[in-house]
Amino acid sequence: MSERFEQLLAERSRLDLPGAGVDWVETIRNENARRFEELGLPTPRDEDWKYTNIEPIARKSFTPADTGESLTGRDLRAIAIPGLDVHRAILIDGHYSPTLSNAGELGDGVRICSLAEAIDEQPDLVQPWLGRLAAEPEHGFRALNSAFLQDGIFIWVPDGCRIDTPIELCCVQHGEPEETVSQPRHLVVAGEGSRLTLIERYVSLHDKRYLTNAITEVFARRNARVDHYKLQQESTKGYHIGSWLIEQHAGSHVMTHNAALGGATARTDIRVRLDGAHAHCDLNGVYVLNGRQHVDTHTKVDHCVADTSSDEFYKGVLNDRSRAVFHGRVVVHPDAQRSDARQRNKNLLLSPDAEVDSKPQLEIHADDVACTHGASVGQLDDDALFYLRTRGVDEETARGLLTFAFANDVIEKFELPRLRHYVEHELTSKMFSIDDLEEII
Amino acid sequence: MLSIDNLHVRIDGKAILKGIDLDVGSGEVHAIMGPNGSGKSTLANVLAGRENFDVTQGEVKYLGEDLLALPSDERACKGVFLAFQYPVEIPGVSNVYLLKAAVNARRKYHGEKAIAAGEFLKLVKEKVKMVDMKEEFLQRAVNEGFSGGEKKRNEIFQMAVLEPTLAILDETDSGLDIDAMKIVADGVNALRREDRSMIVVTHYQRLLDYIVPDRVHVLADGRIVKFGDKNLALELEKEGYGWIRDRLEREPGAATR
Repeated sequence: MSERFEQLLAERSRLDLPGAGVDWVETIRNENARRFEELGLPTPRDEDWKYTNIEPIARKSFTPADTGESLTGRDLRAIAIPGLDVHRAILIDGHYSPTLSNAGELGDGVRICSLAEAIDEQPDLVQPWLGRLAAEPEHGFRALNSAFLQDGIFIWVPDGCRIDTPIELCCVQHGEPEETVSQPRHLVVAGEGSRLTLIERYVSLHDKRYLTNAITEVFARRNARVDHYKLQQESTKGYHIGSWLIEQHAGSHVMTHNAALGGATARTDIRVRLDGAHAHCDLNGVYVLNGRQHVDTHTKVDHCVADTSSDEFYKGVLNDRSRAVFHGRVVVHPDAQRSDARQRNKNLLLSPDAEVDSKPQLEIHADDVACTHGASVGQLDDDALFYLRTRGVDEETARGLLTFAFANDVIEKFELPRLRHYVEHELTSKMFSIDDLEEII
Repeated sequence: MLSIDNLHVRIDGKAILKGIDLDVGSGEVHAIMGPNGSGKSTLANVLAGRENFDVTQGEVKYLGEDLLALPSDERACKGVFLAFQYPVEIPGVSNVYLLKAAVNARRKYHGEKAIAAGEFLKLVKEKVKMVDMKEEFLQRAVNEGFSGGEKKRNEIFQMAVLEPTLAILDETDSGLDIDAMKIVADGVNALRREDRSMIVVTHYQRLLDYIVPDRVHVLADGRIVKFGDKNLALELEKEGYGWIRDRLEREPGAATR
């Protein structure tokens, strides 16, 4: 089933890849190429891919996307988050755009640049971290990303440095020609006691079929605070495979906010290693699906040492014939006493043909821990609908209001008001053809 | 205002209302009393448009129009309001969102533009005082975690904001202590107007000490078995509903009209 992707792998030789000829970079590539040949693409026989069949992806002959296409001012305005002031990094079809990116003024020692540039200019900052969390690829897609090790963004925040303005990383799919693949590779190192907010977006300008296969490695060093947002807004025909690989040191706090709105088939892996005492991670997310969308969220939190905590809250809204998979795994390692892990997943089905598979999985190897999990699937409450309608609210608006209310306690946790408002708007305009709701919220 | 003619309603195949006739004139307050299970709440809900209630016979005219032909939201836009016996909790939707949606739905229905934010805020702040509740109350999710009394006061508050033409109060007094009942009753009385009619459904006479009705109807086994003026309520208070049951057993289908 992976033949076409093996052909794709052979195309590496014709691409201009970051750090070409640099030994340690080529080692990562070659090692992962070998791993890809062993692993192949995942199949439903793999427990972690049981509910997500990637055969439609495997059947296609994706070719690496070329550099070249640029964006017009109009394109940029169409994808911008209104009113949000950001350090902007833009990738087009996986290629960093120096002309459209605008990091703005940065503090001493802060780097926001392309990964290729960082490998060339400051390999000492990159080498200790790049690939560390992807060294043992869980599946073929990750091996494939590392085998190419294409460009992406590099963010380096020195110890003690706070970046108050959020960094927006916008991966734009131009999607020309059809069936291209882009494999962005991002690396974020937040120094001790530093603070940063990253908004990672995958957006599409046209309704084309393509594949995004991304990896983001994030290191939150001692006492760092990282707010990491992901907005998956791929085209309705687009395929998205993305991995967030996060390592947290003592006292660090990482908040991940994950909003999955687009894609025909989309899979997001989030892996968090809590590797130092008092490291805490929030995993917060919402998936809002219609049509025949299939979105799979697969999270794993490793409590590696004592006194670590995690809190996961995902909500899903499914309409039409859409399907969602939520797999939340928590592993408490033998010495990780006093781990505190919470997990909740709630789903709202708006259609009898929508389907969700929710799979919490706790693996506890320590005895003094507090772990809870809960999953639910429900429908809109008829009594609440009637109540709203007796107040004059028409059925469509009432359904919209209740659906919005359901999803909103996840979106409320987004700490940037402009971003929150933007996601609210994207969510409601996707699910309901009503203007009234806009006036209300 | 409202004219109910020979209304028969079934729920899940079971006859609940078996021929109700009721005329409510403009500005009148009618009390519907009766024992548990007599069909009082069914009547209130069918007027508000609850689905899955099967109207098998009869008709209801509201301001000359066939009320039963309208979906519940249109009835509301035309001025029908139901204060629920068990107000529904709606997590994630604040009171103020709900009211703004309701006010604007009404305006849109009548071809008016949406209410200005300032005007709306002024309106709700004024009305919330009427039911003796704090302004924080506006930001709380609809009925979520409210006490029984707060829920009932919230219904009256909504009624005050929405200014219905026909208000149906379904056991608004149940679960209220005497102080809360006074607040609710004062709210209702403040809303009595010549062009606003009310149907007050209650099990006990107590509420009618405060909201004095023009007419009292006694509902039993899906029929109105007795009607009179406010003194009928006092009579019922003394005698209970036992006599009705006795009489129904003696002459099934009997109704005093």
